[in-house]
Amino acid sequence: MDTFLQNVVNALQWGSFYALIALGYSMVYGVLMLFNFAHGDIFMVGSYIGFFIATGLIGLSTLGIISLPGWVILILTILIAMILTSFVGMLVERIGYRPLRNAPRASAAITGLMIGIIFETANLYLLGASRRKFPEIIDTSIFQIGNVSLTNTKIFIVIISLLFMLALNQFIQHTKWGMAIRAMAYDFTVVPLMGVPVNTIAALTFGLGSALAAAAGVFYGMAYPVLDPYMGIEYGWKSFVAAILGGRGSVIGTVIAGFLMGFLDIFVATYFPSTMRNLISFSIILVILTFRPHGFFGRAYSAQLRL
Amino acid sequence: MLLSIENLQVSYDRIRALHGISFEVDEGEIVCIIGANGAGKSTTLRAISRLMPVEPGSKMTFMGQDLTAFQPDKVVSQLGISHVPEGRRLFGNLTVMENLELAAFARKDRQAVERDYKLVFKVFPRLEERMKQAAETLSGGEQQMLAVGRALVSARKMMLLDEPSMGLAPLLMGNVFDALREINKEGTTILLVEQNARMALKFASRGYVLENGNIVLEGRSEDLLANPEVKKAYLGG
Repeated sequence: MDTFLQNVVNALQWGSFYALIALGYSMVYGVLMLFNFAHGDIFMVGSYIGFFIATGLIGLSTLGIISLPGWVILILTILIAMILTSFVGMLVERIGYRPLRNAPRASAAITGLMIGIIFETANLYLLGASRRKFPEIIDTSIFQIGNVSLTNTKIFIVIISLLFMLALNQFIQHTKWGMAIRAMAYDFTVVPLMGVPVNTIAALTFGLGSALAAAAGVFYGMAYPVLDPYMGIEYGWKSFVAAILGGRGSVIGTVIAGFLMGFLDIFVATYFPSTMRNLISFSIILVILTFRPHGFFGRAYSAQLRL
Repeated sequence: MLLSIENLQVSYDRIRALHGISFEVDEGEIVCIIGANGAGKSTTLRAISRLMPVEPGSKMTFMGQDLTAFQPDKVVSQLGISHVPEGRRLFGNLTVMENLELAAFARKDRQAVERDYKLVFKVFPRLEERMKQAAETLSGGEQQMLAVGRALVSARKMMLLDEPSMGLAPLLMGNVFDALREINKEGTTILLVEQNARMALKFASRGYVLENGNIVLEGRSEDLLANPEVKKAYLGG
């Protein structure tokens, strides 16, 4: 029972990473019918940006140049990483995808993979092959409840992740920008006829998704403090699968699917050999998709692709 | 002249759909383009809305400005040309009110927007009753009302309508055209394309006949209605 509860806690944390990354995939797919295959690497970029900011701020504190408590450094790290990474995402859209707006979808997919490779290679080239250790920004305290151990980092990560997801949902459901995102998911060819600047909405979607990926990157660094240039690949693919499972453009579906992915990862590894983990969890998802091909909350794209 | 189209040529995948058509619409007018399915009617409207690229040599000016210098969303928000697309194309996942609010997305003149909502609800009281309903739950006639209302909110100078009568029972069709006349009286110039030639010519003051990408006839609606060729080809003898 205790192992079970401990696994639930860990799965919630894993699921937070997947859900945050998956939302970026899902939103871009919803708005532009495009899989941004560079998104996993944007998660990596966000994590590294967070690493540099945290290391820098901690360094400045140690030198006595600034004096900030740990929790302020943590909040600054998360916010600055989110803002900077959102610009990276918008740049990817502007340079990589916008020129391909009317090109075949395969061209955009290949471009996305290429952008990912560029990020990974640039990281290797600039920072070298050694892994980076994410600094400990706040002191970890452990709470024992029975035999289940909770850390303040775990609680922080899960709660703040959920708050970000809630905020995104509110934004999409209750603002005019969110309304434009929903409208584009329904029928993007008609959206310009409403006087809505489609390119701005596309950039906004990339910016939001990248900011959430950066948050996931910082949280990941707090939980598993070893960063490497290829860390975005596996998390990227799994989050991509979670986005498909959630249903195109559905925030709630994607969040549920992200957490499901986290639970599958943790529990499959508990009861089966961990080498089988990905095989088994992907098989389970394949079975779900057989019965729900558009995911939990998705619907087929019914509108014609042109007017 | 409000809208002036000269030598408009448009191609789909190298197949020419419009072979250099020219026509004009004056401020306050109701003008129709009639023609069979595939004649190039929708293509004409798409070209004006900048959803279709035009071939070199085509000239399209609106209030003296070169239309081709504008992105599709700016044709709506800066020039003031709205477009009711074929098949209505509402955002079914949005409510009636949200569809109208989205149409006001780029508008900064909040008070004028409120007035336009009121105008929409005055012309189509049914929409006010169904304000909070998802657009996909509306009947066909109500959907057409919302498509027109949405266009009205998006821009007020000129409205392009693609087959507004399609799929509507005759009585509903009459209602929609009455509403369009009222919208025209409020100052919106109307250009519509229709397969239903009789309905369109009764509604518009002038018309053009489009055949295989060429304008073959033009004139006042009464004259076109009385024209033996038009009668034979489009009015069922």
